[in-house]
Amino acid sequence: MSRLRITTENIAGQTVDRLYADIERRIVASPPGLCPVDLTLSFLKLCHAQTCGKCVPCRVGLGQLQNLITDVLENKGTRDTLALIENTAQNIKDSADCAIGYEAANMVLRGLSGFRDDYLEHIDAGKCNFNLNQPVPCVALCPAGVDIPGYISLIGEERYEDAVKLIRKDNPFPTACALICEHPCEARCRRNMLDSSINIRGLKRFAVDHAGVVPIPLCEANTGKKVAIVGGGPAGLSAAYYLALMGHEVVVYEKRAKLGGMLRYGIPSYRFPRERLQEDIDAILSAGVKVNLGVNIGEEITIKSLREEYDAVYIAIGAHTDKKVGIEGEESKGVISAVEMLKNIGDDRMPDFTGKKVVVIGGGNVAMDCTRSAKRLGAAKVTIVYRRRKVDMTALPDEVEGAIAEGCELIDLMAPVRIEADKQGRANALVVKPQIIGKISNSGRANARDSMEEEKKISADIIIVAIGQGIESRHFEENGVPVKRGIIRAMADSEVTEIPGVFAGGDCVTGPATVIRAIAAGKVAAANIDNYLGFNHLIGCDVEIPAARLEDRPVCARINLREKEASERKDNFDFIEYGMTREEACQEASRCLRCDHFGYGVFKGGRVAIW
Amino acid sequence: MVKIIINKKEVSVPENITIMEAAKRVGTLIPHLCYLKEINEIGACRVCVVEIEGKDKLITACNNVVEEGMVIHTNSTKVRKVRRTNIELILSQHDCHCATCVRSGNCKLQEIANNLGILEIPYDKEVTTLPWNKEFPLIRDSGKCIKCMRCIQVCDKIQEMNVWDISYTGSRTTVDVSYNRKIENSDCTLCGQCITHCPVGALRERDDTSKAYDAIANKDKITVVQVAPAIRAAWGEMLGLKREEATMKRLVSALRKIGFDYIFDTNFSADLTIMEEASEFLERLKKKEKNSFPMFTSCCPGWIRFVKSQYPELVPHLSTAKSPQQMFGAVAKSYYAQILGASPEQIYSISIMPCVAKKAECEIETMKDAGAGQDVDLVLTTREVVRMIKAENIVPSILEEEEFDTPLGVGSGAGVIFGTTGGVMEAALRSAYYFVVGENPKPDAFSEIRGEEGIRETEFEIEGTTVKTAVVTGLANAREVMERIKSKKASYDFVEVMACPGGCVGGGGQPIQDGMELAKERANQLYHLDKINEIRFSHENPSIIQLYQDYLDKPLSHKAHQLLHTDHFAWEMPPTMKGARNLKW
Repeated sequence: MSRLRITTENIAGQTVDRLYADIERRIVASPPGLCPVDLTLSFLKLCHAQTCGKCVPCRVGLGQLQNLITDVLENKGTRDTLALIENTAQNIKDSADCAIGYEAANMVLRGLSGFRDDYLEHIDAGKCNFNLNQPVPCVALCPAGVDIPGYISLIGEERYEDAVKLIRKDNPFPTACALICEHPCEARCRRNMLDSSINIRGLKRFAVDHAGVVPIPLCEANTGKKVAIVGGGPAGLSAAYYLALMGHEVVVYEKRAKLGGMLRYGIPSYRFPRERLQEDIDAILSAGVKVNLGVNIGEEITIKSLREEYDAVYIAIGAHTDKKVGIEGEESKGVISAVEMLKNIGDDRMPDFTGKKVVVIGGGNVAMDCTRSAKRLGAAKVTIVYRRRKVDMTALPDEVEGAIAEGCELIDLMAPVRIEADKQGRANALVVKPQIIGKISNSGRANARDSMEEEKKISADIIIVAIGQGIESRHFEENGVPVKRGIIRAMADSEVTEIPGVFAGGDCVTGPATVIRAIAAGKVAAANIDNYLGFNHLIGCDVEIPAARLEDRPVCARINLREKEASERKDNFDFIEYGMTREEACQEASRCLRCDHFGYGVFKGGRVAIW
Repeated sequence: MVKIIINKKEVSVPENITIMEAAKRVGTLIPHLCYLKEINEIGACRVCVVEIEGKDKLITACNNVVEEGMVIHTNSTKVRKVRRTNIELILSQHDCHCATCVRSGNCKLQEIANNLGILEIPYDKEVTTLPWNKEFPLIRDSGKCIKCMRCIQVCDKIQEMNVWDISYTGSRTTVDVSYNRKIENSDCTLCGQCITHCPVGALRERDDTSKAYDAIANKDKITVVQVAPAIRAAWGEMLGLKREEATMKRLVSALRKIGFDYIFDTNFSADLTIMEEASEFLERLKKKEKNSFPMFTSCCPGWIRFVKSQYPELVPHLSTAKSPQQMFGAVAKSYYAQILGASPEQIYSISIMPCVAKKAECEIETMKDAGAGQDVDLVLTTREVVRMIKAENIVPSILEEEEFDTPLGVGSGAGVIFGTTGGVMEAALRSAYYFVVGENPKPDAFSEIRGEEGIRETEFEIEGTTVKTAVVTGLANAREVMERIKSKKASYDFVEVMACPGGCVGGGGQPIQDGMELAKERANQLYHLDKINEIRFSHENPSIIQLYQDYLDKPLSHKAHQLLHTDHFAWEMPPTMKGARNLKW
């Protein structure tokens, strides 16, 4: 008998490991709207299978919790049952020996406070508050509700023009979204249950790259109604497009020199070339939208006069002011805001950073845009300073990695303390305080705190502050538009209830968000403004969607988009992302499980053909 | 056309038809359970699966279309196994007490399970029971529900009422009243279309047959029965009778055998309705600007429930005339009691209706104008009456034909077509013409109104006045017409609405034949009965003339108002939840 042995995993163990991985992916693809009490019961069952069996609370208690929750779900529970669930879970939490037990109980306790209403609905009414109302995961998670299975099937049939037409039914910015959408649609793609989500944005990219110029539908007969749109960004232009299609006269007032909002003044052209933005803008304007550039509502024209002149007004001014860190020395020369920098780039006023040492404060996508732009503007060294860990950054991981690949540096766990300047008032260093990562807040975000180590000095010629944006809402507030903490208050249907006929949406209502949320806001506003004006124009699309293919769908890896190599992209603003090949696009399109046809979608909500 | 091979036979079939349809065309029937043409093509039961060569996964035949070169097997070993297992799984959650099920012998699940020879189920029984208000005219038994979703689809797509919805999630998913309401607090119109489209016995009307037997047994009660027009076109279907065998007179005979005292015809009170409603219409027309226009018919209780819950602001448009059922009840407990020399309290008034909503109508608090309790004491559906005939072991095909009792058993051809969409309007126009012009039009002068379309708009000239009519069947169509009226996109003078597709002949209380819509066939029968009736006009019904002479004086008289008209504002329906819908777009 040997004294020690190397253990190798047997086939059963390997299989179980793969099943664990399958379950992880399955949980990712879990459909929204499931009964949380029922899910708690399922989770408990898994937790109970994990118990080692030594300790009473875990071995017995987790089973009894399952029985009690089953009673609740089968209309046999009372308020006493609920109290017993709570006591039992608390007991397990307090007395189980290891995390298998006390964390399982903790999940139950969290549910008891997080969705107590649903427990009570089951107990008191024998009903469940939840229902599966989002049958096609990608469509449900797209804020604008774009018919994703529809256009993917069209791409599969190489009908790119039709794909663009179908996208435009819900989103007049197909090109913008093909290039820079954060694609929330991909998050819960049912394909995750097999392998991984469909590359939806990549497919859309292929469609817009190959569709050519796609004409928009004919506008409805002129209604004689006039709508003013304040702000020519994605929310404003989306509303403008649909309102124009509905036959209303639409006039967009844009403060800056060009249209596009944050698509132009927030996103650098290496991610979204200006000529591609123009494709979307041209299509939108072809609906007959009129534009007044360089007009600031609040200066030349007031919101009041606008409301008097037009039948309805939509405020979509975005979030274009900067936020300060609030540290000493922030007013020094060489300290600039991300908004300012990207605005200048948007107007082709390129700052010259040649040979400069640039420090960027912030960890979001805007910080990454500034970082990578600074590199392209000739900076000798670009350093991102972030107070939490790299994994805590809100920027997309690809953006962070992209910046690093281009030679930018990241110093994480450093909080800015002050900016030091020379005698001329020029910033020359950012002083930072090392941090230690610690507690995780209720929202799941890790908090950093002072590590009590010594301050460090990062030498810098230019310091870019990219810690968020604000909204220029004062003029609107002064004129009776409700504003809370700088944010315009509008209803979910975009209505500003205080002033009939005034609607608002996009970043100025939600705070800085994504382009697709702004587009969705514009779509919602268009529908409700149309109704407000006394109409009910419907937006549809005459493209016939191919029947779902009946082929088996074997596992197949996802095709990711590639980028230009870092050395070729880091010193110019040329577009960095490669599209798919035709073969790749066909393969990727064929991976779609067509949830509009297979599963719940064929029963309810599989397709919203008109809105 | 595409070429496919079904069960080794090469055939050409049109493109874009389903595999099921293609197979049917070449004589191969694929068993199916949840499928309902154009309403529920969702492949939920997985019974209609077929094997397609080259594909591992079986494909549902009901909702997938043929493709060129497809090689289809509808009875391969794999298909057989899967079909059987899926039926076994459905049965494991189905309350299989067939002996006490109203649909036994007329159940799609029973038929398929029997055909497959399933004698044992290898799975544990898991039948759920959800509470239900057994007093409500519509009963749902969750233990029998197979979650085919047909009821949801019928209510959503044909009626657009969204009364049913999925409830719970995951493995507990079932069907229940939408928005977590109880059925009695919902805006259910009681059209009963969910019942007639349920493949099993999960949905049915409240069974009131024992109350009927009690009334027959009660020596102090005189049972007075009225039979609605649409019954005569359908009652024989479940008894294996041909339409020409299942005459009204045989039904009269069967009802006498069961023990009811007097058998009368709702056609009589349909004629009475015409006298009142046509007169009311002409009165309203005289002072058009003062009155709510158009006027809506008020015969269909499902429609009344619809207006009151969905468009309460349009209630003033409803004719105040009661439905024929309620007019009959009021007359039976007043005029007829007087004829019999009996006290109104002695009369027990029973109506046989193709309808579930009639059960609620007779219970409306205000419907007791004869002053002897509810004017109609009990409503039995066609199906319930057929069950009573079966319970009595009556062999209807050898029954002697017998006449209705008089005088309330006399009805015109105009009365009989009340049972089909457009019939009320046509009957009303026949008499309205007479009232205005002073002479009868040709009996079929207004037959342009007839048809199957859900919304039919027609204009007629009566003495220089144009009467714009709309005839509507199905509540989704009713909603469409109400919207047109509200938005002033259409203007009418007179609108007839029947909640059920095709009118009462397609009513929710009628016999059920799975997958078949029989309204048209039954309607043809009613039009035939109209044609051969010696009396084609309501105002020529001698019993009606007599009734006015002896008792009511004239249409819209004080007495007529008291007995034959109703206040629609006297009761309320729970409001619609449609506004609360959380639809994303």
